Amino acid sequence: MGLFSFLKNKFSKKGDAPEKEKKEEQSLETYSKGLEKSRKNFASRLDALSKRYAKVNSDYFEELEQVLIESDVGVDLSLRLIENLLDQSEKQKISDPKAINEMLVDNMFVDYATRGESVENEIRFNENGPTVLLVVGVNGVGKTTSIAKLAHHYQEKGKKVLLVAGDTFRAGATTQLKIWAERLNCPIVVGKENGDPASVAYDGCQYAKNNDIDLIIVDTAGRQQTKANLMQELAKINRVLGREIEGAPHDTFLIIDGTTGQNGVLQAKAFKEVTNLTGIVITKMDGTSKGGIILSIRDELGVPVRFIGLGERMEDLQEFDLDKYLYGLLLGESRDD
Amino acid sequence: MAFESLTDRFGGIFKKLRGQSRLTEANMDAMLKEIRVALLEADVNFKVVKAFTNDVKEKAIGQDVYNKVNPSQMVVKIVHDEIEELLGADQTGLNYAKNGLTIILLVGLQGTGKTTTAGKLGKYLIEKEHKKVMVAACDVYRPAAIEQLETVAGQVGMTFFSMGKEDPVNIASEAKKKALNEHFDVLLIDTAGRLQIDEALMGELKKINHEVHPDEVLLLVDAAAGQDSVNVANAFNHDLRLTGVIMSKLDGDARGGAALSIKYLTGLPIKFAGIGEKMSDLEPFYPSRMADRILGMGDVVTLVEKAKEVMDEKEMEKASKKMLDGDFTLEDMLKQMKQVQKLGSIGAIARMIPGMPKLTDEQKQRAEKEMKVFESIINSMTPYERRHPEILRYSHKNRIAKGSGHTNADVNRVIKRYEDSKRMMKEMKRYSGKNGGFGGMGGMGGLGGGRF
Repeated sequence: MGLFSFLKNKFSKKGDAPEKEKKEEQSLETYSKGLEKSRKNFASRLDALSKRYAKVNSDYFEELEQVLIESDVGVDLSLRLIENLLDQSEKQKISDPKAINEMLVDNMFVDYATRGESVENEIRFNENGPTVLLVVGVNGVGKTTSIAKLAHHYQEKGKKVLLVAGDTFRAGATTQLKIWAERLNCPIVVGKENGDPASVAYDGCQYAKNNDIDLIIVDTAGRQQTKANLMQELAKINRVLGREIEGAPHDTFLIIDGTTGQNGVLQAKAFKEVTNLTGIVITKMDGTSKGGIILSIRDELGVPVRFIGLGERMEDLQEFDLDKYLYGLLLGESRDD
Repeated sequence: MAFESLTDRFGGIFKKLRGQSRLTEANMDAMLKEIRVALLEADVNFKVVKAFTNDVKEKAIGQDVYNKVNPSQMVVKIVHDEIEELLGADQTGLNYAKNGLTIILLVGLQGTGKTTTAGKLGKYLIEKEHKKVMVAACDVYRPAAIEQLETVAGQVGMTFFSMGKEDPVNIASEAKKKALNEHFDVLLIDTAGRLQIDEALMGELKKINHEVHPDEVLLLVDAAAGQDSVNVANAFNHDLRLTGVIMSKLDGDARGGAALSIKYLTGLPIKFAGIGEKMSDLEPFYPSRMADRILGMGDVVTLVEKAKEVMDEKEMEKASKKMLDGDFTLEDMLKQMKQVQKLGSIGAIARMIPGMPKLTDEQKQRAEKEMKVFESIINSMTPYERRHPEILRYSHKNRIAKGSGHTNADVNRVIKRYEDSKRMMKEMKRYSGKNGGFGGMGGMGGLGGGRF
């Protein structure tokens, strides 16, 4: 019944795979590698735990709770998950730790999959005219780097991408994006230092319309979500984009650092208030053993994770795929067993 | 949502335990459970929370509960003081070299704010400590990191040292030579951000450390860091022997539990706090503020203590009696507002009252501005008008508006607020009989609902 066997089945190795499946294979590899730390902290600990107890008791549940909270799953959600688990185990008279663990994992992700509508990760391209992707987030989460990776992702798909350097505040931000534009060989529109980012956004729209651009990716300055005036500035960028290109921004991604704790939820909430947040990109997942924040955000806000950063290479930014994520988190390289 | 219901939950516990005079295991347990949740939600590490709440429990059992405070409020206060004490222990300023050049190495994960902090620290050293400062750009990996540091160095007026994308170990060593030759007081070294699993970059950092022998190795920690922050600090500490921590991005609303976790487990002092985007937004670390923030609940006890100090009880009695008799004037309203103001800024008070919704910066500023407007308008009235606002006609209001530098609409707003407060007092009288006490904080109507 369990998720484990489902995942094992789905991703079992299939000898000589055709080209398309090779790509899938690589993607799975990336997930498996990028989530190594998280796996050690989560799956391996669950495993070790189940070996220490012959039967579950209240200590066992307490330890489970600890594993969840230490994975940044969030106190509220963790407590709720454990409570449900207790209920279920009593009703179904299950005391085998392994079965309990499977039940927990099922609950965690059944919850994830059912909350909020199911999602297309890819950007929905605007049929007439350029598509606009606005990228927002607090300081230091990896906005600029993620933008470069997203640009690469869509260039690979044959799209003409334009970068717009809307971070006119941080010293060096524009230069950083320019360097990426050079490396990616894609056009970039920049503004004046400390200039109005909305005017850069405007210039970007004009350029895109005149140059047959498919996708405009707009960078913005990092901002703490508590700064009212900076959040207003975002709203203004939004308005300008919408005025210049119908329906823009078509997507707004919030970048969240995978090492962020419970504040990630507040970040998402605040940005959701001023922008039409359509997705989340979680970065630096390879550097953290946690990342339970993915669950918390889905639980509290229903905004889906669209991409996930699993390493430093361009192709390490992957479309978020729940099955692959679970596979990486729970099974990883143990695939051949 | 979790974060908002917290104070409500406390409210319930407060009520249950009213009137018990000594802390016992039984009356503390419920509260400690909530405190545990509060700390976890602040991202304090799980193990630290457990150990810490146990410490507190042991210390608190048997303590007498202060008058007018109930056991759970007392527990909050004890926890708060305990956090404050822990965070403040061994706190020191920067360690300068005995003579000659002091070298400060800044390290941390990607995106924690090393480069920005290098600028802020430079400004602090130049302006507050009157040092001659040079900064070396050893982050040769992130695109434009060098340009960013150069700009920042220019802004604060410190000497910038770069050798482009050379070997960072070499850059550090050359920077040291130059700093020694040219008699700089402080050399700051900005390094590349890294994920702690990155052994190559960690090795490079170790080499720099070995090469220049810094007096301070400071770890940048993002206030929003999650449960992993302890492991990060441990990893850096293991490889580099850190001398301290700088918390960054405290201007956000992250509660910064990482500060407590790291301090508890490593004992490293927290030396500075980054509190904004401007170069001047770096300040020494204040343990008490941090304790407030991590606990994230109004410090009820402080409010009670403060309230007792400031409010002249007799004055209050008189005022509340007058209010309840419906004999409430604009003067009384102003007096009340001023007394409340003495407690601290509105934001600070609101934070201290459980159940009070969190105010945004904007709301706080607005409320404080409004207080000033009210005061100037009421002061522009004659004493008679203050006591009998009902006589005010258009021409009076015109004069008052001009005299106070505000508009007629503002004057009307004051009167409206006054009338609302007065009506509220009357209602209260109806419900509460004669021992209703001090209630609506008249002038603060906009904030509403405050109880002491």
